Amino acid sequence: MTPGEPLVRWDWIASHAGEIATRIGEHLILTGIAVAVGLAIALPVGLAVARRERLYAGAVWASGVLYTIPSLALFALLIPFSGLSVLTAEIGLVSYTLLILVRNVVVGIRSVPEEVRDAARGMGYAPRQVLWGVELPIALPVIVAGLRVATVSTIGLVTVTALIGQGGLGAFILDGIQRFFSTPLILGAVLSVLLAVVIDSALAVVERALTPWREPERALARIGAT
Amino acid sequence: MSRTRRLLAVCLVLATILAACGGGGTGAPGATTAGKQLPGVTIGSFNFTESVILGEVYGLALEDAGFKYTHRSKLGNREIVFPALEKGEIEIVPEYLATSLAFVTKASAKIGDPATAYRQYQEALRPKSITALDFANAIDTNAFVVTKATADKHKLRKMSDLAAVAGQLTLGAPPECPQRPFCLQGLKDTYGITFKEFKPLDAGGPLTVAAVQAGQVDVGLLFSTDGRIAANGFVLLEDDKKLQAADNVVPVVRNDLLNRAEADLRRVLNGVSAKLTTEALTDLNRQVDIDKKDAKDVARDWLKKQGLIR
Amino acid sequence: MEFLASVGAWLAAPARWSGGDGIPNRLIEHVQISALALAVAAAIALPIGLALGHAGRGGFFAVNVAAFGRALPSFAMIALALPVSFALGQGLGSFPTVLAMIPLGLPPIVTNTYVGIRQVDRDVVEAARGMGLGEARILSQVELPLAAPVILAGIRGAAVAIVATATLGALVAGGGLGRYIVDGLALQEYERLFAGALLVALLAIATELALGALERSVSPYRS
Repeated sequence: MTPGEPLVRWDWIASHAGEIATRIGEHLILTGIAVAVGLAIALPVGLAVARRERLYAGAVWASGVLYTIPSLALFALLIPFSGLSVLTAEIGLVSYTLLILVRNVVVGIRSVPEEVRDAARGMGYAPRQVLWGVELPIALPVIVAGLRVATVSTIGLVTVTALIGQGGLGAFILDGIQRFFSTPLILGAVLSVLLAVVIDSALAVVERALTPWREPERALARIGAT
Repeated sequence: MSRTRRLLAVCLVLATILAACGGGGTGAPGATTAGKQLPGVTIGSFNFTESVILGEVYGLALEDAGFKYTHRSKLGNREIVFPALEKGEIEIVPEYLATSLAFVTKASAKIGDPATAYRQYQEALRPKSITALDFANAIDTNAFVVTKATADKHKLRKMSDLAAVAGQLTLGAPPECPQRPFCLQGLKDTYGITFKEFKPLDAGGPLTVAAVQAGQVDVGLLFSTDGRIAANGFVLLEDDKKLQAADNVVPVVRNDLLNRAEADLRRVLNGVSAKLTTEALTDLNRQVDIDKKDAKDVARDWLKKQGLIR
Repeated sequence: MEFLASVGAWLAAPARWSGGDGIPNRLIEHVQISALALAVAAAIALPIGLALGHAGRGGFFAVNVAAFGRALPSFAMIALALPVSFALGQGLGSFPTVLAMIPLGLPPIVTNTYVGIRQVDRDVVEAARGMGLGEARILSQVELPLAAPVILAGIRGAAVAIVATATLGALVAGGGLGRYIVDGLALQEYERLFAGALLVALLAIATELALGALERSVSPYRS
């Protein structure tokens, strides 16, 4: 970059600690909203679609197509409708989480053995009790696996929202590019990766705690989810 | 600088000193010397350093006067920022007189001196419920630069020198350049320049600087106040036929904001514009782009030195 | 609806189909960048995945590197690739783009290759060992063919990710279909932007289908 410029200026990082904390906070909030809203939508949609093969196939196909749309394009196309706002960013971010979460909700629900459902119904469980008491708990590990993937992807996507006027760690990256200043650039890039790794590990612990016997299954699920 | 403006500036300084002595908390939101509630303002800036600095300069000055400001920086180019201003997503933008006038009126006619341009600009903004406040003496225009080697090779000192050789050269400029009267259109009309190739880069930013340096483009479009021109030893081609005109810095404000605090807004913003010079802008840009200081710090220092804030 | 019509009109205009900014040229640029990045990524990732999978080592790493790869913010990768590209005298454009896409392609290929090899029935491997086949032979003639569909699935995932993300190269003066998106945004020409996004999506789908067909042809009895 600028000749004579060290790769990382540690004093700059020290003096900007407050802004770094703010940006991390912004990044986490944008991510959190996207994943929470995504899950809130994916659960009912996934449940509705789980039984209907055609609808599910259609949903998977549609989501596959949406996933290939470059995120910058999606955000940019939303600007005329929702402006340069958090809403624009969130609509885009939520769309991408939905693609992952709906699939995992469906796979999770479908993984519930029919005998277990029958047994529950036999014991007098109402449909809602079957759902909350039997189906969702069994589907939970797969859903959490999906949450892991969705969260990590979203963290990466939030960096792109800096290009449409949002904050988060992408703002450091953009600043670094604009001023030929490697310190914020590297800082933003490294922190977003670290953030993703930390949150992914935390969710991995949750996932493993839920079902230690499902490790091989999870490995396969992760490939399928790639 | 006119006497009225100087007087205004002095009054502003005195008022600020009085406020400090008055024991009011610094930056207490909504509290002012007169004790009235001032609205929060949202400032929007373009996606290059100078605009961010100007956003902070105006913003900090407003904050010092008791406004709360939010600076939505680096939103994009004018195609993105101006509609955002019209929609009310942002309320104040530090604009550039001639280029903005051409954008708003979709004009390709040559724009004259600042005073005429300013009158036309105010006219053009009226139906949009936006007001242009006083314009500053500070000017930032498009600057076409080449490396020293290129200048020597093709004997380039002025823009007119380009006409003969442009057919062998590549221009690097922001993507909107083909549409802009001070860019490709103007180059053709005023100088008869048609380049061999146009590469869309960025708005006088790092991509353009790097491309010129690396020889990936022969001519680059930067901004005349960019500190990197001198730092990289580029040759700024003189605008001998005066294509670039009257791009004075001028803050524009939405009327719905202006109506809520007109006197204060005019006083503060005009006070800042009164002190803004081209040299000051160039120096501020250099501090942020080359010395890697923060726009906010640099803005604050300048405002303090000018006696515009405490 | 009229917007879609204007997008169609934009796409159909003859100017779109010739010259440097024409669709055929941008398409070729995009495919070139993606293919190169994929090839380099595969050249690095396949040996790693094969070695780890065959030895049964580094499982934790191999399986979780995919999650790590998804976390890589592509925007940051392109930005980081710039100083490297300049240091190597390559400047802006396709070089930093290809450079930034390689890390994107590595994780899916490593993970899938590893898991694919591991999934091969251990009895079959033991039998081969019992017949006196050397380790390299076992890998190439027993494990690899049986793992091929899973490995190809990984390459497919990498390819689609690379094709979709190579659009960011336009942010650093690169070519490819991303040019329509970035220029469309800068010029506020939404037909161009939408058309660009559409073309990328179509290319990504085509890539997915083509490699999916290849995958199926390698193992006809797996659905």
